[in-house]
Amino acid sequence: MMPRRMLPPLLAALLLCAAPAAAWAQGAAAAAGRGLNWPAIVMFFIFVLSTLGITYRAARQTRSAADFYAAGGGITGFQNGLAIAGDYMSAASFLGISGLVFASGFDGLIYSIGFLAGWPIIMFLIAERLRNLGSFTFSDVASFRLEQTPIRILSATGTIVVVAFYLIAQMVGAGKLIELLFGMKYLYAVFIVGILMIVYVAFGGMKATTWVQIIKACLLLGGATFMALAVLWRYGFSPAAMFADAVAMHPRQQSIMAPGNFVADPVSTLSLGLALMFGTAGLPHILMRFFTVSDAQAARKSVFYATGLIGYFYILTFIIGFGAITFLMDDAAYFRTGPGGGYNRITDLIGGTNMAAIHLADAVGGSLFMGFISAVAFATILAVVAGLTLAGASAVSHDLYASVIARGRANEQREVRISKGTAIVIGLVAIFLGYVFENQNVAFMVGLAFSVATSCNFPVLLMSIFWRGTTTQGAFIGGFLGLISAVLMVVFSRAVWVNTFGYAAPLFPYDNPALFSMTIAFAGIWLFSKMDSGERARREQAAFNMQYVRSETGLGAAGASVH
Amino acid sequence: MDKNERPETSHERILRSPNFQALVRQRSGFAWILSALMLGLYFGFIVLVAFAKELMAVRIGGSVVTLGILLGLGVIVAAFVLTGIYVVRANSRFDELTRSLQDEVLS
Repeated sequence: MMPRRMLPPLLAALLLCAAPAAAWAQGAAAAAGRGLNWPAIVMFFIFVLSTLGITYRAARQTRSAADFYAAGGGITGFQNGLAIAGDYMSAASFLGISGLVFASGFDGLIYSIGFLAGWPIIMFLIAERLRNLGSFTFSDVASFRLEQTPIRILSATGTIVVVAFYLIAQMVGAGKLIELLFGMKYLYAVFIVGILMIVYVAFGGMKATTWVQIIKACLLLGGATFMALAVLWRYGFSPAAMFADAVAMHPRQQSIMAPGNFVADPVSTLSLGLALMFGTAGLPHILMRFFTVSDAQAARKSVFYATGLIGYFYILTFIIGFGAITFLMDDAAYFRTGPGGGYNRITDLIGGTNMAAIHLADAVGGSLFMGFISAVAFATILAVVAGLTLAGASAVSHDLYASVIARGRANEQREVRISKGTAIVIGLVAIFLGYVFENQNVAFMVGLAFSVATSCNFPVLLMSIFWRGTTTQGAFIGGFLGLISAVLMVVFSRAVWVNTFGYAAPLFPYDNPALFSMTIAFAGIWLFSKMDSGERARREQAAFNMQYVRSETGLGAAGASVH
Repeated sequence: MDKNERPETSHERILRSPNFQALVRQRSGFAWILSALMLGLYFGFIVLVAFAKELMAVRIGGSVVTLGILLGLGVIVAAFVLTGIYVVRANSRFDELTRSLQDEVLS
């Protein structure tokens, strides 16, 4: 098989491209006045080598499409909970939110709570039904009783757009982090991440992607726990004392303890809240994970573990953000200082506010621990981008190729080969996008991905599962209206229209479109389903009973549980 | 197994089964109540953030900790507790109903 022959040369190529990296790092790190952090580099290479080992093993075990897309359905509820939590504990979450807390305090909590609040809803309404109805992608579920071609095209498009936005956030985080850690040029860092993620996905499929995610989740939870404990230890484990110290040190003083200016107006705040909560139920790389467990019971358990782990992690990032305020803001060593030794306590942080957690690791645990956290943060990015790439590749091969182009007559091996090829293309595109979007706030970019997930994938999924009246026409038109309106409103908003394109004023006044675009999607699905009175629509509505029985009980889903 | 493989009558029979009706009635009711609770808590929090910044900035007991921070952490804990409540009930009652339904269908 191709994977076994190809892997060793690729591994060698990787090591080769990493060697000059160390050389660049030496020069740049010296220029920045900081020694090269060998512990970080060594730990990072240990991680890369061990994950490549896992990938090699996974490649040997991955034969069928079920192996490639869903790890053969052999992941347990707890393992899947860890992997889902891992997808959430992304670089954007860990570095972005702790950085946001460092800069604005309370506002970081709005993101954390929104990311978490979707999980109970997924548990109560989606998880078990998704597992009962689908096999590899959420399109399987959306197209269960609707016409394959249009619905697959719609959900594959939704998947690819979400993956693209999310990838941008991850690649930017990767570039910034490795720039600081290795002193390597941003673009080279982005390039290495892109190549590694191609290797994980193209050779190891879902099995490698899941295990990389699980290992990284354990490392990150361990490291973040240590940091939070170290911060609290300084204050005798009294959070109140930590908050008091942070308020005294932060330039914005007491205002960091209350909602501030990050979310400017009520409409943007509500819209962001919607996007964060319901976007979770429309993220293709998360939804895919429900097919890696054996049945609905395991899907339910994985959400329970994931919710607990994610909630715990966000409480840690909140403590870490405040800890960064108290440990770093008085120490000029962590800032770019002006001629008189003065510095802005927020904007002059070396590497930007997204690096607050990394600097805190140095402050509480020295360079060895900072090396560990840096390596873990890098591993985090790799694991998350691998999951995203797999979701994007599956949309192309399983939804577009197998169902639309080959019309269900695809050869399974060929489908998997197309998926691998797509993973390579996505990796290259991600490298390019990471380069283009270098100067955007990473947590904010994740918000954009969530808007599209909220406005296209989630409404289509929810309406097809719960509303008998949904027809192909309604889902197709409504879903695309939601998708297009979300993307347009994002393009016309301040983040892209002003900050990227350089126009003076945004055409869309709010920071987040979800409130409007999600409403458009639901209204569109309802309206165009109602207007659809054809023979196909009647057939699709009649098929609801069969779908209903299977989604509620799993009966008739034997194929799904065995794969 | 293909979704169309089962004869049409199979799911019609399940739909009429008292066990099936009890399962979906109890589970849906429970799930929607919990969902409404979670949505209420979360959007209550968001509405306060958007419209009542002064209230969220009220300090608690002479410390710098504000009502907003406590409510925020409360929502995180509530999310976990609600999923826990659902799992406990689903593992006992709903799985039991599903099993008896399976026995009924396969017999």
